[in-house]
Amino acid sequence: MTDFHKGLLAVNDENLSKESSSLAAIATLNKSGKESFLQQEIPTRKTEAWKFTSLFGFTSNEEGYGRLAASYDAAGLDALTTIPALDAQRLVFVNGQFSAELSSKESVANVVRFSEANEAQQAIIADNLGTAIEQEKHIFAALNNATTTDGVLVHVGKNENLKTNIQITHITTAQANPFTVQARILIVLETGAEATIVEHFASNSDEQNCFVNAITEAKVGPNARLNHYRLQLMQEGSIQIGGVHVDLDRDANYDSFQLGLGAKIVRNDINVNHNVGGSHCELVGVYLPQNKQLIDFHSNIEHKIANCTTKEVFRGIMADKSKAVFNGRIHIHPDAQKTLAELSNKNLLLSNDATINTKPELEIYADDVRCAHGATIAQLDEQARFYLRSRGISAAEADVMLSFGFINELLENLELDAVRNLIRPILAQRFGRDEELMQHIG
Amino acid sequence: MLTIKDLQAKVEDKDILKGLNLDIKPGEIHAIMGPNGAGKSTLGNVLSGREGYEVTGGSAELEGKDLLDLDPEERARLGLFLAFQYPVEIPGVSNLEFLKASVDSVRAAQGKEPLDSVSFLKLARAKCKLVDLDQSFLKRGVNEGFSGGEKKRNEIMQMMLLEPKLCILDETDSGLDIDALQVVAEGVNSLRDPNRSFIIVTHYQRLLDYIVPDFVHVLANGKIVKSGGKELALELEEKGYAWLEDAAENGAS
Repeated sequence: MTDFHKGLLAVNDENLSKESSSLAAIATLNKSGKESFLQQEIPTRKTEAWKFTSLFGFTSNEEGYGRLAASYDAAGLDALTTIPALDAQRLVFVNGQFSAELSSKESVANVVRFSEANEAQQAIIADNLGTAIEQEKHIFAALNNATTTDGVLVHVGKNENLKTNIQITHITTAQANPFTVQARILIVLETGAEATIVEHFASNSDEQNCFVNAITEAKVGPNARLNHYRLQLMQEGSIQIGGVHVDLDRDANYDSFQLGLGAKIVRNDINVNHNVGGSHCELVGVYLPQNKQLIDFHSNIEHKIANCTTKEVFRGIMADKSKAVFNGRIHIHPDAQKTLAELSNKNLLLSNDATINTKPELEIYADDVRCAHGATIAQLDEQARFYLRSRGISAAEADVMLSFGFINELLENLELDAVRNLIRPILAQRFGRDEELMQHIG
Repeated sequence: MLTIKDLQAKVEDKDILKGLNLDIKPGEIHAIMGPNGAGKSTLGNVLSGREGYEVTGGSAELEGKDLLDLDPEERARLGLFLAFQYPVEIPGVSNLEFLKASVDSVRAAQGKEPLDSVSFLKLARAKCKLVDLDQSFLKRGVNEGFSGGEKKRNEIMQMMLLEPKLCILDETDSGLDIDALQVVAEGVNSLRDPNRSFIIVTHYQRLLDYIVPDFVHVLANGKIVKSGGKELALELEEKGYAWLEDAAENGAS
């Protein structure tokens, strides 16, 4: 047990003394989370699931991250928390604390903070919170369980199609001392329900010194559909760890898009459980580290039962001295006959100093399944490059257009135009880095 | 317009062009025919600067400028255009963005300002109509999911937008049905101009019914072995290439 380890829990005491109206369900979660967290070691390079991801930049911080932010000032943040043209019910948190000022004025009955939940909603929280997470396998989920004091519940009732998109934004600002944000979302969709949720992580442009530990849990009921976007647009100094844990009931659908634009260290664990049968999950993700950023996506899809499908496509482009890690595990249990699973991971390295560690991991214990996986690390396509150049486009601009296209191809199928329109100009800047070269993309 | 002297080139250590001579004047249409493996496509690729084609001798000049020393984009900006036999699909890059980047580059080389987006869209739509492509093709990825005929029409549309001086059509007729062939031919004919020349590379005489050439050359074993007027194409249709190949072999030995 290190001081750093214990230090991360200190935020708990500070929180609990501040908020007296903590729900019983949260108190229970905190207790079990604390026990689990203290039993686990902070991962090192010797920990299998962290083999390629060094937390040194996190654990070497002598001050530690075991405190809350000193300021929750919302001034000047409005534009940064807005996704233009997205029609959404917006909840905004500044440095971890809810900001009524930046959030939508009217409320939607389906969305409530834990601390404001009515009796029925409290019962839903008590029944579901923590149930999709195996905290003994995910130390940072255990930490979130241990230290979370509030969160957001999205609940959609039987056969209700929640037409309003839900946007949940966490924005951080630089503080005098390093600090922690524990973000928590619980999504519960009843039978036949449908919802679209956009998680959005942003920061102001100052050099950040926060550690954001964001855990989202989703319980997708029979025949329900969850459309989930998770957009990481934080400044490079941030550290973001966390993940998404999803339980799929019979014939449920989970459709997700993950964007990792990077921070100093980003680690996302995506866990999806096909629990009952007939469910479908579609994961699309892109990651684009630059400079010295590190982005790590670890997905783990559990096919526990027959007749479920998974389609997973991740693409990344690594620039400068950055690094990305992709580990895509699909675990097909003995009872999971008639599983269809596809996993594709393609990567482009833009510099000789950039690194990618990619590993598709199919573990198959059933005999009547169809699975395909592929991981590639490639250069830009020479044929396409020549085609563009033969039309007068310079080699430099051709490279920018092809890099953009490599990622943009995955954006074309996004349901929400506003999300695509938010990301495209950012992509153009990432690859163009020069007005001349980005004028024909984005 | 184009002067090729004793051009020799190899691909992966195999000599393909073995001393090709060709002189094309402004406004002329030259058809190049010949058997498989004669070097027809190599000629287009060498002239447009594709990697992997190594020039081992000879020269090629466009309006007096040495082409072989230039990057592919520089050749395009000088007015050379290759309509690909197999146009490349580029998902994620929209056809419209691609066309604009291309036209802007070529215009810049001519000292012209880029067109604003609205004017360009208008122009691109008009060209779409001329080659019978729906406007929705502008929004799609470059050639992505286009049929064979749609890809070739997209090539002709690019040619119309870029208004090149020398157009090389590399087996543009392959894989086209008769309707698409007519659309392509009409596109080419509409671009005929006293200051613009064409090289039409084809296997079959059929395309030359629609695009009538001034000269027909037979390329066999890396050289032009026979040249003539448009009637030569008919003769080839009737007799095949074997007699010319034999003559070339005998002539060489």
